[in-house]
Amino acid sequence: MQPESLRQEPLIQALEAVLPGSVVGAARAHGELTLTVEPARIVDVCRYLQESEGFERLSDLTAVDWHPREPRFEVVYHLHSVRRNLRLRLKCRLSGEGPEIDSVTPVWSGADWYEREVFDLFGIRFRNHPNLRRILLPEDWDGHPLRKDYPVYGPKYGYKDE
Amino acid sequence: MSEQEPVTPKPAPTAGFQPQATSRTVLNMGPQHPSTHGVLRLVLELDGETIVKAEPDIGYLHTGIEKQCEDKFYQQVVPLTDRVDYLANLSNNLCYCLAVEKLLGLEIPPLAQWMRVMLTELTRISSHLVWLGTHAIDIGAMSVFLYCFREREELLRIFEMFSGQRMMTSYFRIGGLALEPPRGWHRRVKSFLDRFPDAVQEYEDLLTANPIWKIRTQGVGIVPLEELLNLGVTGPMLRAAGLAWDIRKSEPYSSYELFDFEIPTRQEGDVYARYQVRLEEMRQSARIARQALEGMPSGPWKADAPKVVLPDREKMKTEMEALIHHFKIVYEGFRVPPGEVYQVIESPRGELGYYVVSDGSARPYRVHIHGPSFGNLQATARMIEGRLIADVIAALGSMDFVLGDVDR
Repeated sequence: MQPESLRQEPLIQALEAVLPGSVVGAARAHGELTLTVEPARIVDVCRYLQESEGFERLSDLTAVDWHPREPRFEVVYHLHSVRRNLRLRLKCRLSGEGPEIDSVTPVWSGADWYEREVFDLFGIRFRNHPNLRRILLPEDWDGHPLRKDYPVYGPKYGYKDE
Repeated sequence: MSEQEPVTPKPAPTAGFQPQATSRTVLNMGPQHPSTHGVLRLVLELDGETIVKAEPDIGYLHTGIEKQCEDKFYQQVVPLTDRVDYLANLSNNLCYCLAVEKLLGLEIPPLAQWMRVMLTELTRISSHLVWLGTHAIDIGAMSVFLYCFREREELLRIFEMFSGQRMMTSYFRIGGLALEPPRGWHRRVKSFLDRFPDAVQEYEDLLTANPIWKIRTQGVGIVPLEELLNLGVTGPMLRAAGLAWDIRKSEPYSSYELFDFEIPTRQEGDVYARYQVRLEEMRQSARIARQALEGMPSGPWKADAPKVVLPDREKMKTEMEALIHHFKIVYEGFRVPPGEVYQVIESPRGELGYYVVSDGSARPYRVHIHGPSFGNLQATARMIEGRLIADVIAALGSMDFVLGDVDR
């Protein structure tokens, strides 16, 4: 749960009031605020932050694999408000078994390629994504290279028909 | 290069009028097309010369840099960052170093900070010169390319003087610089900065009032500002659409707050406005570099952190402790406290971000590179759909993407 010192954070209070239970954790380190969000609420949270808190940009979207820990994946959103000169990090923890989360493309259309990249390299599925295909690797690639159980060196991981 | 295949015509409408005979062409532009500046493939669906649908296909230059980072010591990642955006390698070096320094809590001496500012601004100029030269050559203005590469050559020589390398410099290291600034750098940089404003004027003379240039670029590639923000576009493209946002001003790093410069903006948001913004940015970069040159502080060029920064060669040969530190850093790396940092800087192309996650070991647990070109390239379809095929070249050139930065 969030530390006492962060309870007063206006962003957390606002989210708590509008979408109770959506924020499950918070931390501030190196001057950066991180909120851990309930994965099922991510689109609601993002839409609220965009419409009411002025986060007009999704700066970056990526994932981290904490294999073999469970929940294994963290999907990390870096939000940015140019007007308020404010940055915010959102995190959603996903299980290693069939990781799936709602796409935020309805909120920021720029999330499109970022989600495809995470799907390609981590194998996390984004529900309601308009075009969820591999983006960097060939369509018939085997595995998801940024997973921690995918080797950096070793036997060739290549095209299936070779 | 281009393959044509007829696409099934639209089914005839049931109403009682004759359907217009339309046939669409699918044009495969790239990945070896000269105007795609690297290996971008664009699948264009054409109706005559009008683009109905455009789909960029990326990934031809994917080298798995993010995966490789996880297998290397923190200091070994620096040369990989050069290869991400190979036209602005020093910006990438800087962003990665800043992120790790933030995790380590390292204090960087003023000389190193100012040197970083000066060299990244020279990098910005050099990157913009490549952009201007190739953009002009795409549109048909041959000679600008030669002028631009004349100045860029001098910049590459300056980088070589500092780091021993023309392009893959790796000159910024965690804790400061890789080498002591070479003798005579001041004179060399000064002579470049003295000549450069005249050179920019030369490019302007060739292009700014050129009627062909204006016809090809004005009114092309306009996307409303809100949509650009929503698409994740950054940098000169936003400034050409009227948003005065520059990370050097809004979230200053490496002592940019001490420098005096302006953020050039335009309201039109077309290819011509982007050209004007970038030209003015070159002037402003030269201004910053001159301030850094003239006010360059003295002192050490790397942080006093023996467990992180490699010792001087002389010390290694005379002091046992320095030798031990050197051995430990090279063979075991240095441990970085657990945590995560998202460091952003203003690269020549826009917002460059490094998301570094540490688990407390000597290798980064995860490095994610948020390249500005990746976000900018997403706007391609929005920018060219409904326009003529000749505008594709102008619009693509105005985005100034580097495929190494897109595919990583």
